[in-house]
Amino acid sequence: MPIKVLSRLNRMLERITEQLFLVCAVISAMITVLIFGFMVIFGLPLIKGGQFFHLLTQPWLPYHNLYGIYPMIAGTIFIASLGVVFAFPLSIGCASLISVIDGGVFSRVLRRVVQLMTGIPTVIYGFVGLFLLVPTVRELFLSGSGMCVLSASIMLAILIAPTMILFFVDSFESVPNSYMQAVDSLGGSKVQKLIYVVIPESWSGILTGLVLALGRALGDTLIALMIAGNAVQVPCSLLDSARTLTAHIALVIAADYESLEFKAIFACGIALYIFTTLLVVLVRSFRYNSRRGQV
Amino acid sequence: MNRSLEIAIAVCSWLCGIVLLGTVCTIIGYIAFNGLGTLKMQLLFGDINPLDALLLRKQVFDGLFPAIVGTLLLVILSVGIAIPIGMASGVYMAEYANDRVKKVFSLLFDILASVPSIVIGLFGFTLAVFLHKHFSENIYPSLFISSISLAFLVLPYIIRTTQIALENLPPKTRLAALALGATKLQNIIYVLIPKSLSGIISGVILAIGRCAEDTAVIMLTGVVASAGVPKSLLAQYEALPFYIYYISSQYRNTEELLSGYGASIILLVICTVLFFCAFMIQRGLTYRALYRA
Repeated sequence: MPIKVLSRLNRMLERITEQLFLVCAVISAMITVLIFGFMVIFGLPLIKGGQFFHLLTQPWLPYHNLYGIYPMIAGTIFIASLGVVFAFPLSIGCASLISVIDGGVFSRVLRRVVQLMTGIPTVIYGFVGLFLLVPTVRELFLSGSGMCVLSASIMLAILIAPTMILFFVDSFESVPNSYMQAVDSLGGSKVQKLIYVVIPESWSGILTGLVLALGRALGDTLIALMIAGNAVQVPCSLLDSARTLTAHIALVIAADYESLEFKAIFACGIALYIFTTLLVVLVRSFRYNSRRGQV
Repeated sequence: MNRSLEIAIAVCSWLCGIVLLGTVCTIIGYIAFNGLGTLKMQLLFGDINPLDALLLRKQVFDGLFPAIVGTLLLVILSVGIAIPIGMASGVYMAEYANDRVKKVFSLLFDILASVPSIVIGLFGFTLAVFLHKHFSENIYPSLFISSISLAFLVLPYIIRTTQIALENLPPKTRLAALALGATKLQNIIYVLIPKSLSGIISGVILAIGRCAEDTAVIMLTGVVASAGVPKSLLAQYEALPFYIYYISSQYRNTEELLSGYGASIILLVICTVLFFCAFMIQRGLTYRALYRA
């Protein structure tokens, strides 16, 4: 009799824990939805008034009651894409060095250093950028304060490079070993291996790494906030000051809750959320295609 | 392929490596060069006797002590919230979920992992406003709100590392206990989780590092430049990364700026140590530590 009771208890426990795990998973999943929901609810007055799409294209002129976020969107895209443009060749170079061209001590050291770089706090990159890079840019170009799109995107490139490098190294190293041996047996050099086999074989990995890094660059707050100068304008040159969506949220948050100025930051939040979600969907479609390609 | 082009490509990739290494050395060297001189007791405790400060008998106003305590509390609270929920979700994803559920949930977790931290901060802020209006007048942006938001930030890391660690276990390990008559739950608790502990723990340590370094989330959810050691969960607090940001934009004299370098060194050391812990554990140290005894 007691054994029967025990086994029934056991089965109940089994079912309860499964439900508990499910509840936790549902909670975690709901948070993703909830974040978007809160943005939309708080930004609802804007959406209802039909102003949402105007906001995306209007300039930011609080004295004329215009709270458009177009300059911030332009700033974000400019800084982030420039950061990726700087980081991409550097990352390809480093990844090739680590996984194909140099198999020695230097590549092992470099790999550790790159891994370590992912752990360096963003605020430290910003801090060094502000006190080391910004004065250098100011001296070099002799214009403005040195807080500009160029400084921010250089620092951003250093921030996102490790993400890209590690991803590239991973996809370079997943090229089947037999391909590599085939090149060796044909007498190909390391560079030929890289150009004709490794890079063509891992292009979908390269694309994925690129998009992931772009997402990281779009979402970063501190570097742009600290060293891009935060002027509300559409940047026209590398030496113009600019403000990103993320920095804009950080700067406006102190304003009055009910003002339209404050509501406009939810438009920024929604825009950022949608951007990054699109990137995630894009990355997943790459992965899907590459897997199907292999099978 | 042209011989000179080949050499040029090799040289370029070496250059990339050297540039990157040089940049990291410059960043760390610059911080160390300027900040090492400031690393004294005074940097942490100001003019207060360290013992008084540690026992919370006196508040420190011109030292980093409250910021370090704030960061520590933040890490403990947010990881404490994220671990149970994240691990349970990870176990569900790896062991229970069917393919359709898995597909939808993993998309949602991927999105959560990629949401910019400032947006999570904004969410935390609106959560505080919402709770203030509907539940209690006492809820403002505070330590509590910050740790919840940070927990949301690191949740996907913990879920994913748990899930991957469990899924990577070899089928033999997976089936042995079941063959002996263990139930699914017993198998998970006594075999699968202990076996994949090193993966899970290194994920947790990375999450701790993320909590310690994040500035954007806490900026919107209750960190302030000067608050002392927080007295309750609903109080405002200080944190190291925010202190560095604040000093960089609002410093009044060289001494304050130098304390910013000191704070950067401390934060850098904390994050580096955490990183190496995660690395060592991934190498299987926990496995030996837990099973050799």
